[in-house]
Amino acid sequence: MARRGYEDVAVAVPVTVPYVRYSTEGAHWFLGRALHALVEHSGIDKDAIDGLCLSSFSLAPDTAVGVTQHMGLSPRWLDHVPTGGASGVMCLRRAARAVQCGDAEVVACVAADTNHVDSFRQTLGAFSHFARDATYPYGSGGPNSIFAMITAHYMRTFGARREDFGRIAVAQRANALRNPNAMFKKPLTLDEYMAARPISEPLHLFDCVMPCAGAEAFLVMSRRRAQDLGLAHVLIRGTIERHNAFAEDPIMVRGGWRKDRDALYAQAGVQPQAIDFIQTYDDYPVIVMMHFEDLGFCEKGEGPAFVQANTLTHDGSFPNNTSGGQLSAGQAGAAGGFMGMTESIRQLTGQAGERSVPGAALGLVAGFGMVTYDRCLCTGAVILGKSE
Amino acid sequence: MTMPLMKPKRKNPVLRTQQMNLPPWARGRVALGITAAAAHGRFELQECQECSAVQYPPRSACWRCLSCKLRWREQSGEGELLSATTLHHSNDLFFRERLPWRLGLVKLDAGPTLMVHLHGEVGEAPQRVKVGARLDRAGQAVLIGFPNEGSAHMADDKMLREMTSDPKFRKVLVTDGKTPAGQAIVRALVKAGADIVWVGHAEPWKKLGGLEDISALPQVTLVPLDLTDGRAVSRVAGSIGGKVDIVINNAEVHRSFGIGNRRGTDVAKAEMDINYFGLLRLAQEFGPALKGRSADGATHATAWVNLLSIYALSNFPPHGTFSASKAAAYSLAQCLRAEMRPAGIRVINVFPGPIDDEWNQHMPPPKLTPESLASAIVKALRDGVEDVYPGDVAQEWLERWRDNPKVLERELAVNGG
Repeated sequence: MARRGYEDVAVAVPVTVPYVRYSTEGAHWFLGRALHALVEHSGIDKDAIDGLCLSSFSLAPDTAVGVTQHMGLSPRWLDHVPTGGASGVMCLRRAARAVQCGDAEVVACVAADTNHVDSFRQTLGAFSHFARDATYPYGSGGPNSIFAMITAHYMRTFGARREDFGRIAVAQRANALRNPNAMFKKPLTLDEYMAARPISEPLHLFDCVMPCAGAEAFLVMSRRRAQDLGLAHVLIRGTIERHNAFAEDPIMVRGGWRKDRDALYAQAGVQPQAIDFIQTYDDYPVIVMMHFEDLGFCEKGEGPAFVQANTLTHDGSFPNNTSGGQLSAGQAGAAGGFMGMTESIRQLTGQAGERSVPGAALGLVAGFGMVTYDRCLCTGAVILGKSE
Repeated sequence: MTMPLMKPKRKNPVLRTQQMNLPPWARGRVALGITAAAAHGRFELQECQECSAVQYPPRSACWRCLSCKLRWREQSGEGELLSATTLHHSNDLFFRERLPWRLGLVKLDAGPTLMVHLHGEVGEAPQRVKVGARLDRAGQAVLIGFPNEGSAHMADDKMLREMTSDPKFRKVLVTDGKTPAGQAIVRALVKAGADIVWVGHAEPWKKLGGLEDISALPQVTLVPLDLTDGRAVSRVAGSIGGKVDIVINNAEVHRSFGIGNRRGTDVAKAEMDINYFGLLRLAQEFGPALKGRSADGATHATAWVNLLSIYALSNFPPHGTFSASKAAAYSLAQCLRAEMRPAGIRVINVFPGPIDDEWNQHMPPPKLTPESLASAIVKALRDGVEDVYPGDVAQEWLERWRDNPKVLERELAVNGG
């Protein structure tokens, strides 16, 4: 059976609750700010939000339903998608189907996490059963050590150099300098990138994200509703999702997008060349490179050459992570998985200010999340298009 | 090549004593299967009884066929190092204090990919390695990638020494030097490179053979030590407690017979007074001292060894009261292990079958020679294992006991004690 499209669904009202390195507030505070902004920016009555889709790691002991009472919401459709870097794409897919099927009219998708001084360390040790049993007792480096080994293996296999990863990080910093919400405000040169202190070789400081607190959110509703409300919005052209792909690979060399990318482009009716910008999930630069390969912008192993041949800034030949991404804007927990979504809505609705991608009509947002043991399990992608 | 460990210089008493921060301790119940095997020196992973898939990390179902019939099977550990990293940053205090720290991803020939601590002699990926399981300072199993062929000094690897209790350059107390077993233990420790061996001897006026040979060794110092005398134990702890790195409690009273063949409780009390209360007195005095120095330099305090008996597992009626005292000691040793764990001090329980000594004259061979017992203890310290069953008799009892403790009880009762 052919998958039904998403033509009648609109995605609107990108919200970012500014990031802070540490906060004494809880996740609920950031959720509250995000919901408040959704209501304020959309002009929709709070009670008209009849669907809620949440992503957070720091709600415990609450789950999504606790948030409804906390915020005085009474949705008739509720979902909790705590899949970190993949949660933006996954929330969107679920919300869009709920709207199409009439189970909800206006779905608020919200990702928020707080970051206390010691909370990151505590999250790492208790992130998953496998992390507790089989990775955290080994040096307690968190994902750094896993991705260091994935990076080292990729470098050895495909001849990538640190400079190639550096080009990704440096371009993202240039984008971040035009994003008022980005945590990093200083330019980054390739020399500074190369000279940074080692964290887990071959990863150095600027290969790693900075954990922080913050929130990202957007609304999903019917296209007609968005038009009636006069809301700037984007359309879903195609989308995919996959979990635990390529379990047979002894070490991660490819992401699950590789399995489903044909379905993605077929649903959107476009080829990769038509994409004007991409928002990758940049937990580490090697993963950005894998996005380029496995989403079909170049062949496997050509990532380094592709990065050398392109400029990755918002005004470059292949704009990537135009907000600065997590590497330069910060990683607010699960909100990191929403960042590409809010940024793409802004880019396609003329709200991206001085980091706008000139003439952008199609953007690809990729999701990548949940290192429970030795690799990331969730992948997803959505192609968003400008509304005519 | 591993650089051989040099004898550490005398500690500057003005400098701070490094305190112990354990590596992450938490494990799920299923994952403790690896710890249970590593405690005996084995590397086991789950294997599916239906489809034979070997899996890691431990799970509640087979990842391939979803069967829940999983059993722990010993693994060869042969595999290929796919990638490695050197950590320069860690979120955990134990590792922060020991950076840089090397890790690897190993694809076992048996199937799964493992994250391991890497021995310093393992070179760059890709290459063949051999994975083994060891107990870390928290007493939980971790996997280690070893070189296929190690050098002579591979035990001195900085990472590996965190997992083991090698007697080299360490200061050891052996609580009873008067028995052949005690003397063999002392000799084995000296041979293993122990720096100082304090040897306890109770009732100094009783001259027994062999003690003079031992005390002639330059590493050996005799200390009067009677475990039935709490104040005497206190005195010895006051003088050497702050220096001892390893305690080996081998003092025991062993008499034959069970309940009906001996009148009164005097002999049973004497057994309990050394075998059980002796351990208790010793642990109360020396335990805190060891705990305070468990991260104190390269030759920090590290282990506590109890000489128990295979009879601790199930009563051997011809030596019935002795068995009971060793069962009591075993139970107390488990308590000691739990109390020493937060400091990272390993408690090693040794469960020998009959030792070839005066109190086992009626026992048929095979009997454990004092030398074999001693080398089993040194090996346990070097390998970092927690429970040792030296000798053929102990191994057979263990196998029967593991198979079915009730059946073993009936087998042991066959002659009516």
